Amino acid sequence: MALAEHRKTAPRGLWIERIPGIWWALILFLLTMPAWANGFFLFQVMGWTFILGMIALSLMFLAGYGGMVSLIQMSVAAMAGYMVAIFGVSGVGDISMGLPWWLNIPIAIIVAAIFGTLVGALAVRTEGIYTIMITLAIAAAFFYFTRQNYTVFNGYSGFNLVVPPELFGVDWRQPMPFYYLTLGCAALCYAAVIYVSRAPFGLTLQGVRDNPRRMAALGFNVTAHRIAAYTFASVIASVGGILLVWQNSQIAPGTAGIPAVIDILVIAVVGGIKRPIGPFIGALIYVLLRTFSPDVLLAFGLSGERFKLVIGLGFLAIVFFSPDGVLGLWERWQTRRSRNHDPLTGDPK
Amino acid sequence: MQGFTKRNPVWALLIALVAAVFLWLVFAPWSSGMEDILGRKRVFLNAIFGGVTLGALYFLVASGFTLIFGLMRNVNLAHGSLYLLGGYIGFEVSERTGSWFLAFPVVFVVVGIVGIVLQNQVFRRMEGEELRQTMVTIGLSVVIADLMLWVWGGQSYTIYSPDWLSGPMTLPIVSGISDSGEVIYLRYPAVRMAILFAAIVIGIAMWLVLNRTKLGMLVRAGVDDREMLAASGVRIQYVFLAVFAFGAGLAGMAGIVGGTFQSLSPGEDTRFLLASLVVVIVGGMGSIPGAAIGALIIGLSEQLGLVYAPTYSVVFTFLIMAVVLAFRPQGLLGERQ
Repeated sequence: MALAEHRKTAPRGLWIERIPGIWWALILFLLTMPAWANGFFLFQVMGWTFILGMIALSLMFLAGYGGMVSLIQMSVAAMAGYMVAIFGVSGVGDISMGLPWWLNIPIAIIVAAIFGTLVGALAVRTEGIYTIMITLAIAAAFFYFTRQNYTVFNGYSGFNLVVPPELFGVDWRQPMPFYYLTLGCAALCYAAVIYVSRAPFGLTLQGVRDNPRRMAALGFNVTAHRIAAYTFASVIASVGGILLVWQNSQIAPGTAGIPAVIDILVIAVVGGIKRPIGPFIGALIYVLLRTFSPDVLLAFGLSGERFKLVIGLGFLAIVFFSPDGVLGLWERWQTRRSRNHDPLTGDPK
Repeated sequence: MQGFTKRNPVWALLIALVAAVFLWLVFAPWSSGMEDILGRKRVFLNAIFGGVTLGALYFLVASGFTLIFGLMRNVNLAHGSLYLLGGYIGFEVSERTGSWFLAFPVVFVVVGIVGIVLQNQVFRRMEGEELRQTMVTIGLSVVIADLMLWVWGGQSYTIYSPDWLSGPMTLPIVSGISDSGEVIYLRYPAVRMAILFAAIVIGIAMWLVLNRTKLGMLVRAGVDDREMLAASGVRIQYVFLAVFAFGAGLAGMAGIVGGTFQSLSPGEDTRFLLASLVVVIVGGMGSIPGAAIGALIIGLSEQLGLVYAPTYSVVFTFLIMAVVLAFRPQGLLGERQ
C-alpha cells in the first residue's frame, strides 16, 4: 500500500517532461560535439570513453545492484572481441571464418554471454572478497590461455585488421560515424541498465544484495538471480568489447591482461559504483589522464611513462577519501551546500 | 588424521593409493617399456623436484598472505608488491655487500617495517571494510609497481647464490640405468634443495610457534574470535602488527629466493600475487597447512604441466582452482564460516 500511495504523489506528466534540464543540455552537448571537436578527440578520446564506460558499466551493474565485484568483465569483453575476429573477417585468414556481420555479431555476444554466465555460476558460490579473488584468477587464466592457444585465439599476436562492416555505405571507422556508433551503443546500454534496475528483476537483485537470506525466505531464487545478473552484464560488456576491437582494429591477449582488468575496476570505482552514470565519468577521467598526462608530466620535467603513477595515486586518493568515487564527492559537496541554506526560506545563511 | 580416515575411508584409501604410486614412480627405476609411455625418468624427476621447490617458494609467499587474512580479515592485494620489493632490496644488498645471507635479515626487517606501516596507516583505518581494503591495496600495488619500475627499470635481475650452494648435488634417487648397467643418481641444483629445506624448516617452525607458544595461542584465539580476545585484555593491535610484519617479511624473503632461482622483473608481483591467491583459495583461507598443501599442488601441477603439456600448463592451475571451488568452496583445509 505504501508503494501505491507514494506513486500518487510522484510528479505527473509525460516521462519526457520529467527529465531534468541538465540532461537535455548533456544530450545536446554530446550530439553536437562533432561540429566543433576534431577527429582525434572524437575517435580516440570520446570513442574510447564510451567503450570503457560500457565495460565498466557492466561491472557497476554487478557491483552496485548485485553487490558482486567481478573482475571478469574485461575478459568477457575481450571474448566478444575475439569471437568477432574469429567468426568475422580479420587479417588471419586461416582462422577467421568470414561470416557476415549479422551473423557474427550475435554469435559473438552469445558466446561471450555464455562465458560470462559460466564464470558467474562459479563466482556466485562465493561472497565479497572471495568473488574478487576468483574472478581475478579466472581473468588471469583467460589471459594466459589466449596467449598460449594458437589454434583458436592465435596466441601472442592475436588478430589484426578487424574492422566494422560497411553498412549503408558508411565507413564506421571514420571519427564521426564511430563517435555516433559508440555514443548510440553507450546510450542504449545506459538506458538498458536504468530500465533493468527499475524492473522487477533489478529490484529483486537489489533486494538480494541487501539481504540474501530474507529474499530466499520470500521465495526468490538468490543464485539464479545472481547468475542472470552476470548474463545481463556480460551482454553489455560484450557490446563494449566488439566496439573496442573495431576501434583498435586488432585484438591480442594484452587487451584483457591483468592491468586492463584492474583498469576497469579503477574506472568504475573512481566514477562511483552507486549510479550508472559513474562508470562513464570514470572512463572520461581515465581516458583524459591516459591521453594527456604524458604531455603534462613532460611539461613538469618528468618522464611521460609515469602516467601509471598519476592514475594509481589518483585512484588511491579517491578510494582512501571517498569510497563512492567522484559522484560521492559531488553528492557530499551538494549536501554541504544545501546545509548552508536556510531550510525554510532557502536563502543562503 | 585418524578422524579423517574414520570419516572418509574411501577417500583416505584413494589418497594413500595415489601417494604409494607416486612414491614408487619416484624411487623405483623405470623399465624401458614405461619410459616409452611416460618419457625419460630424469625428465619426470626434474619436473617433480622443480614442482616441489616451486611449491616451497609459493608456500613462503602464500603463508604470510593466509596468516594475515586468517587473523585480521585483511585483504592485502599488495602482497605481490612486497614480494618484488623484497627481491629488489635483496638484490641491492647482495650486490653491494657480496653476501647472499646478509640479504635475508635486512630484507626481513625492511619489508617487515613496510608491513607495519601498511597495517598501522592503511588497514587499521578501514577495519572490516573488505571492499575498500581491496581497492586501496590494488591502488597501492599499482603505485608501488610503478615506483619500482622507475627505480629498477624494466630489465630482469638475478641474485647470485654463494659459491658452495651453486652447482648441482647428487641425490640418493635413481634417475636411470646407463647402457653399461651403472646406476645413475639424480643431480639437482644445490641451492634449490637448500631453499626447499629452508621452506620446510620455516613451515614447521611456524606450526610450532602457532601451536606451542603463547604468541601462537594469541594468534589462534584471534583467528577464532578477535572481539573476545580484545575484550579479555589482550592488546590485539600489537598482535596484528607482529603478524603483519612477519607475513610481510616472509614475502620479502621469498622475493630473494625467487630472485635466486628465477628472476626479478616488473610483472612478477602480479604473478606471485595470483599464485598466492590460487594457493590460498585451493588450500583454504587462513590455514597454514592448507597453504602448504595448496602450494605443493599448484607447484607440481605447474611444473608437470610445463613438461607434459607445455601449451596449457598455466591453465591447469586455474582448472584445479575451479574444481576445488565447485566442490569445496572453502578450500581443501578451510573451515566453513
